[in-house]
Amino acid sequence: MAELITYRDAVARGLAQEMRHDETVHFIGEDVAAAGGVFKATKGLLEEFGPERVRDTPISEEAILGAAMGAAMTGIRPVAEIMFSDFLATCWDLVAVEIPKTRYMTDGQISLPLVIRTANGGGLRFGAQHSQAVENWAMSIPGLKVVAPSNPKDVIGLLAAAIRDPDPVLFFEQKSLYPTKGEVPDGEIVDELGVATTVRQGSDVTIVALASMVRRAVEAADELDSLGISAEVIDLRSLVPLDTNTIIESVKRTTRMITVEENPRLCGWGAEIVSIVAEECIWHIDGPLTRVTTPHIPLPSADALEDEFLPSVERIVAAAQKVVQ
Amino acid sequence: MPRHDPTEPSGALEALTTMWTIRRFEEALEDLYSRGMLHGTNHLSIGQEAVAVGACGALEDGDFITSTHRGHGHSIAHGADPEPMFAELLGRETGYCGGRGGSMHIADVGSGNLGANGIVAGSMTLAVGAALSQRLLGSSAVVLCFFGDGAANEGSFHEALNLAAVWELPVVFLCENNQYGMSMASDLSTAGGSVAGRGAAYGLEGVRLDGNDVIAVAEGVATAAAAAREGRGPALLEAITYRYRGHSKSDRNLYRTQDEIEEWRTERDPIARFEARLLEEGRLDREAIDGARQTARERIRDAVKAAVQAPEPTVDVLEEAVYARR
Repeated sequence: MAELITYRDAVARGLAQEMRHDETVHFIGEDVAAAGGVFKATKGLLEEFGPERVRDTPISEEAILGAAMGAAMTGIRPVAEIMFSDFLATCWDLVAVEIPKTRYMTDGQISLPLVIRTANGGGLRFGAQHSQAVENWAMSIPGLKVVAPSNPKDVIGLLAAAIRDPDPVLFFEQKSLYPTKGEVPDGEIVDELGVATTVRQGSDVTIVALASMVRRAVEAADELDSLGISAEVIDLRSLVPLDTNTIIESVKRTTRMITVEENPRLCGWGAEIVSIVAEECIWHIDGPLTRVTTPHIPLPSADALEDEFLPSVERIVAAAQKVVQ
Repeated sequence: MPRHDPTEPSGALEALTTMWTIRRFEEALEDLYSRGMLHGTNHLSIGQEAVAVGACGALEDGDFITSTHRGHGHSIAHGADPEPMFAELLGRETGYCGGRGGSMHIADVGSGNLGANGIVAGSMTLAVGAALSQRLLGSSAVVLCFFGDGAANEGSFHEALNLAAVWELPVVFLCENNQYGMSMASDLSTAGGSVAGRGAAYGLEGVRLDGNDVIAVAEGVATAAAAAREGRGPALLEAITYRYRGHSKSDRNLYRTQDEIEEWRTERDPIARFEARLLEEGRLDREAIDGARQTARERIRDAVKAAVQAPEPTVDVLEEAVYARR
């Protein structure tokens, strides 16, 4: 059996599944308990698990991640929510300097089995400080794992995998996807980190996408089909670990690749994928390796401007047409 | 029960030996550095030994500490072995962290030492988390969080104290006010005039201690730890002390006078004061006191000798231990 649920409800279901599975899993964050989360993605957890395990915090991002880290060092498996991924910058010491380095610096004495969940990306007219896609920031830090699901089933399975993982995982939920629905099978779902999914098969060009860009890439692939171009779409699902085999195998067959990301132009994750493909299989390539990104500007709030800012189906189609020429 | 009571003869001997061990450890680091055997930088706590020893001695087995960039004394006082500490600083395979951490990142989780931290105030929120997990796991352990006067002006200080206070967690926040945050005098950097005074903002009493009196520190920490253990929430203590050496190896003490340093060394040295008091009150005799110093000297000499001879890490381990699961 399967049911159609939202990305939003999948978050709560995934957390509940793991909190039932392991009593050392605790969840903390701003407005996550009584209010059910600012995106209502954690509704019902307080009622089921109580205030000791589902804990509202002050607006104190450093203390939230510090508390999660200290607890993870001493026997708890915390899930900490940073409400908007933009706010990671207020606790960047924890994200970049404390959490990812501790295991290495202590030669493995300390493991940090913790998950930082955060709402990432644009599309909701929230403006430049509540809409950034910052998964590329996290990808540049050794010691972190970086996951970004594109659909409700993956939210549950990858969240479970992240919580059960012995290492710190940054879990980016794309906030414009919260109301979107997808089929989810009954029962416990536990996925695997570092495995990309080929969501659409094709033979002329590989489109590599993540989170909200996966849907757009699939739409673009449908349109390309009517133009006589067969596009394969890969949902990366996690940037670290990165499933380079799936990308390389696909590109060797299609001989062309474009990446689609919400990151600003400079140093977005697509540049890393392009570099890997160039290094590993440049002799198989028949067209320019191309990135579709946002411009290198802060994100605007007006409907017309934000729509222009984010990679659109049209831009993906145009990029694909260009590389297969 | 606290691990050792410095007002009892056996506890006093233990405390004195540990203070000497810390001092000889750091003097040996200076010697190794000047001989070109030790690289990078290090931050010495010579002159501050009473804080580490008084505080850690007042804890119980099973309690945790979090430490700072100036953390050699905290590690030794909490039970670390000087030999793997030297090995860590010398970049040897036998170091506590296999040579990956260095001076600012010694951790010994087995003894409850959650680690030194190279970021000023970096461990303050971690202490809150370790205390939260003690509560959640039903443990009665407390967490002693060392931090410096410089850390009291970081945002993490506020976030950590606020969260620990609203959740009434068992953390003893112990400020080692050694008078300077690098070159800046703490009375020029600390609005309100004292770190302890800031406790009022969090509903905490905020207690100033003579940080060069090991007994005063031990009593202050024991009282705060007992209250935290009973569920009465965190404490904020401020131990007034002084560092004789510069902030780090590059510091030439241009911001303070030699007279000031000499005055603290000759009149308020924590080890000399403790010895004089022990003799005066008849708790230890001269022979026992000399014995403590001798024990520390031999311990450090043997530790240096072994650490220097230990092998460097083999480079094939370079990429290990980043992740528990690749």
